[in-house]
Amino acid sequence: MVTAQLRRVAGSVVDPELRAVTIEELGILRDVGVDPDSGRVVVTITPTYAGCPAMDTIRADIRQALAVAGHPDAEVRTVLSPAWSTDRISEAGRAKLAAAGIAPPGPAGGGPGPGRGTAGPVALALSVRCPRCGSPQTEQLSRFGSTACKALWRCRACLEPFEHIKAL
Amino acid sequence: MTLTGTPTVAQLLCLGDDALVAAQRLGQWCSRAPEMEEDVALANIALDQLGAARLLLSYAGDLEGAGRDEDALAFLRDDRDFRSCLLVELPDPDFAHTIAKLLFLAAYQRLHYERLAAGADERLASIAAKAVKESAYHLDHATLWTLRLGDGTAGSHRRMQAAVDEVWPYPHELFEDDPDLRGAWLSIVEPVLAEATLERPADGWAPTGGRSGRHTEHLSYLLAEMQVLHRAHPGARW
Repeated sequence: MVTAQLRRVAGSVVDPELRAVTIEELGILRDVGVDPDSGRVVVTITPTYAGCPAMDTIRADIRQALAVAGHPDAEVRTVLSPAWSTDRISEAGRAKLAAAGIAPPGPAGGGPGPGRGTAGPVALALSVRCPRCGSPQTEQLSRFGSTACKALWRCRACLEPFEHIKAL
Repeated sequence: MTLTGTPTVAQLLCLGDDALVAAQRLGQWCSRAPEMEEDVALANIALDQLGAARLLLSYAGDLEGAGRDEDALAFLRDDRDFRSCLLVELPDPDFAHTIAKLLFLAAYQRLHYERLAAGADERLASIAAKAVKESAYHLDHATLWTLRLGDGTAGSHRRMQAAVDEVWPYPHELFEDDPDLRGAWLSIVEPVLAEATLERPADGWAPTGGRSGRHTEHLSYLLAEMQVLHRAHPGARW
């Protein structure tokens, strides 16, 4: 089926800041279709964070991948709703992140919803496993990391620092 | 702000300008924060604010229908046309002031975005639903620092208290049209101050004017730095 092929092409684009995984595995790719009127391929994506600076590169990479596949006039649309969550990262994506030394996120846990009126801390997973040695004896070094979606952690067993995708 | 219909351009400018000016002010910590992790943290928070600002100003431009995009609104308006609150334009004489301002702003933004995310306007609700998660993280970060500085050494306590005292009057402006929201805001901020062994300042002086374009001189200097490149080299890319 044509749409499935197009989705494979667009979905194979690698995230420019997390090069171990594709935008399909990260859950950034929402939809791929063909506009019935214009006949153009339309790809719909969603940002991880509103200010994610990788979005322009991702858009360009999608257009280039589709151009190579014979669709030089593809359109990339961005939607915000429903908001991206780390729960959208696929199992394959999580395994690839871990293999690349980036600890995948725990369950997002709902986040702040209506009625939560106090300044409770953001829920964190009980333990983040070291992606290198597997130890749960880890500690957070910094709540923010090299990109908006990551925090910096350290393993107390093997002493290696590593990055962790924050549950969102 | 009404939650029942389409927002007005002015309402979107208030939200977007708050986020834009906060982003620019936070970005001034780049390479100057007290430790490298905090440098990264403040830059990340600034980036979140900038992301929200871009979405909100783009919406304001579309709604206005005068052909102004996010860049035109950010870089080609003068100080008197900005609708940001006074809180975000205040300078940062030290790190404690940054944290006090971030605590007050993030508590407000989290509450405000939470309500807007449940509002009737689909586009604004989708922006707010994205921003509310990020605001919760900012609030948590500011809370942790307030506790650490307030309940830290005698020196850090003194400076954190001084910052809270100095910044306290400014958030009043955020609740002028919405007194009910201040109660919810206080129920976030007051327990943090108490746990940080900081004294909650008395209410009194309530400076205002940002929402109608009457700003402190600090905004003009901030905008001069932010806008100079775009104005000197329109359409510059690199």
